[in-house]
Amino acid sequence: MSLLKYESQLREPLVDGDKDYHQVTEDIVRPIEMKPSRLWYIGFYISVALLLFGVYSVYREVTYGIGQWNLNKTIGWGWDITNFVWWVGIGHAGTLISAILLLFRQGWRTGVNRAAEAMTIFAVMCAGQFPIWHMGRVWMAFFVMPYPNSRGPLWVNFNSPLLWDVFAISTYFTVSLLFWYSGLLPDLATVRDRAKTKFRKMFYGVASFGWTGSTKHWQRHESLSLVLAGLSTPLVLSVHTIVSFDFATSVIPGWHTTIFPPYFVAGAVFSGFAMVQSLMIVVRKVLNLQDYITMGHIEAMNKVIVLTGSIVGCAYLTELFIAWYGQNQYEWYAFSQNRANLFSPYGWSYWLMMFCNVVSPQLFWSRKLRRNITVTFFMSVIVNIGMWFERFVIIVTSVYRDFLPSSWSTYYSPSIYEIGFYLGTFGLFFTCFFLFAKYFPVIAIAEIKSVLKTSGENYKAKMTDIEKQDAEKFYIEEVAHAH
Amino acid sequence: MAGGIKKFVVGCFSDEKVLFPAVKNVRRSGYKIHDVYTPFPVHGLDHAMGLRETSLHTAGFIYGITGTTTALTGISYILVHDWPLNIGGKPHFSLPAWIPITFELTVLFAAVGMVLTFCYLCNLAPFVKKHHFHPRATDDLFVMVIECTDKTNDAEVQQFLQNAGATEVNVQEAETGWWIGRYHKEQKLYKEEKGY
Repeated sequence: MSLLKYESQLREPLVDGDKDYHQVTEDIVRPIEMKPSRLWYIGFYISVALLLFGVYSVYREVTYGIGQWNLNKTIGWGWDITNFVWWVGIGHAGTLISAILLLFRQGWRTGVNRAAEAMTIFAVMCAGQFPIWHMGRVWMAFFVMPYPNSRGPLWVNFNSPLLWDVFAISTYFTVSLLFWYSGLLPDLATVRDRAKTKFRKMFYGVASFGWTGSTKHWQRHESLSLVLAGLSTPLVLSVHTIVSFDFATSVIPGWHTTIFPPYFVAGAVFSGFAMVQSLMIVVRKVLNLQDYITMGHIEAMNKVIVLTGSIVGCAYLTELFIAWYGQNQYEWYAFSQNRANLFSPYGWSYWLMMFCNVVSPQLFWSRKLRRNITVTFFMSVIVNIGMWFERFVIIVTSVYRDFLPSSWSTYYSPSIYEIGFYLGTFGLFFTCFFLFAKYFPVIAIAEIKSVLKTSGENYKAKMTDIEKQDAEKFYIEEVAHAH
Repeated sequence: MAGGIKKFVVGCFSDEKVLFPAVKNVRRSGYKIHDVYTPFPVHGLDHAMGLRETSLHTAGFIYGITGTTTALTGISYILVHDWPLNIGGKPHFSLPAWIPITFELTVLFAAVGMVLTFCYLCNLAPFVKKHHFHPRATDDLFVMVIECTDKTNDAEVQQFLQNAGATEVNVQEAETGWWIGRYHKEQKLYKEEKGY
């Protein structure tokens, strides 16, 4: 049998440069074995400082109560839930890349899946903070768990979308963590077997669970990855669907719509890919991994961004149209006055959202701009600002004027502790990400090796040469065997 | 359970294209492959070695339906029997509203169960120490390990591996036990297979 899997020459190589298996290991493990750069320390300390500010903000909130936040009579959900949905959404790209793209057999996922999955886990950790601390009496957070208790037993309400959220987010976190870590085992073993220092030998020895690379283990590992991918695919769709149910099952104008689940999922993928772009553009530069996260990878992700951005734009227009077409005066008021009216108190946020999410990603129809690092980086930041405002618009513009005009609230602006809490989650996210980038292989080494001989630049070039010399022989010997 | 000290002949290959015919030849000659250690999943190697398919996915399915039934029985017991709540006269048994949690628990049980089973079957856990036949098996070498019996002439096996294209050949002794794996039970003999 021939081992060669033929890949069209039209496809861009996934790994640039003249690499062999050992070189792949060297390139990806090197940052772990080197002392961190000055830039790393600066970034890490800034993150820790933000994290500490967040801890202090949360301390204030727990000690003095929710009054530390500028929520008011009608806006009971403000920045906290906006941030929650924003972080959960960002988390979706990791699972999309590692699960859905695995099922779709997209080879380019191998370059970015590990870091994207890590990003998912950290983002979900950040997201989880908001509902937990918003409980106020956080020491009773365990009340959300259904267990036979001495309070009746008083059970949680399984018919409530808020409880669905508890199950969805905790399942999502657990499954993502398992998926990520089971994929990491072989790569941690690679680091362990090269380790020179005592600390590294011990740390990676424990962390790699004694992985040997046995064929039987790989066979089970492949089966596990495939099934976990199959499970994660509907899971990732369900999680943001359920998050959207938090709004959609209520009777608040602007929330009570059936378009929410697909619209939220598309938005989640959109913002998640933007965050992956922001991170990967920095990571590939700092860790010198341009050969593994190529322009092709960045372009592929930009294509996802323009697709999901357009889906989101389509959803915005649809809900606007349906609000008018449905002839419900409250619904239409929420859209026409609270949101689309530029001169209403929050009109600016609606149009900012429209600009960032719908108009700006359209630039990516141009191949030249898709392959431009600077444009991509700025776009990824703009998209995430836009997606934050999407959640802000949905939440605040729907509730600041409720059914009773006498309780319409004045301008809602967050307190320093609300902002501090949000910045604190940035601190948590980047602290985790910096540690990950230092101590773990940021690219799936084993997966890169398994696509190297079909998609590596030098291997593809060699194949073209053989093909040119004797095309007929090549197709009989290699291509026919491969299929 | 330890099976004493055993002798193994280890051959390292640097290219999977060389490894495949070597595996075939070794098995055809009647040697018993203890295992092949590879840096990444080499597709088709399990078949070439005559390993049977894994049934991990079946276990995953069983864990999944366990999750489904746990969710459905749990929620219906709680909301219908133990503490029925009258919510606007709606039925206590409100299945559509339970679908999300039922789905989440199905996924959760399947994923956690499968990963634990995977770790159990492969003897993977923190602090587990195993015999590693070659440190570069996780880097760039494909390490074929052949188990020696009393009758095996290890010099002959070494020569055989060298002829098959191994770049590095040696003999190692290792204490056998669960940590070294029990894959030989998974493996069919060459002559038992069809299609070769």
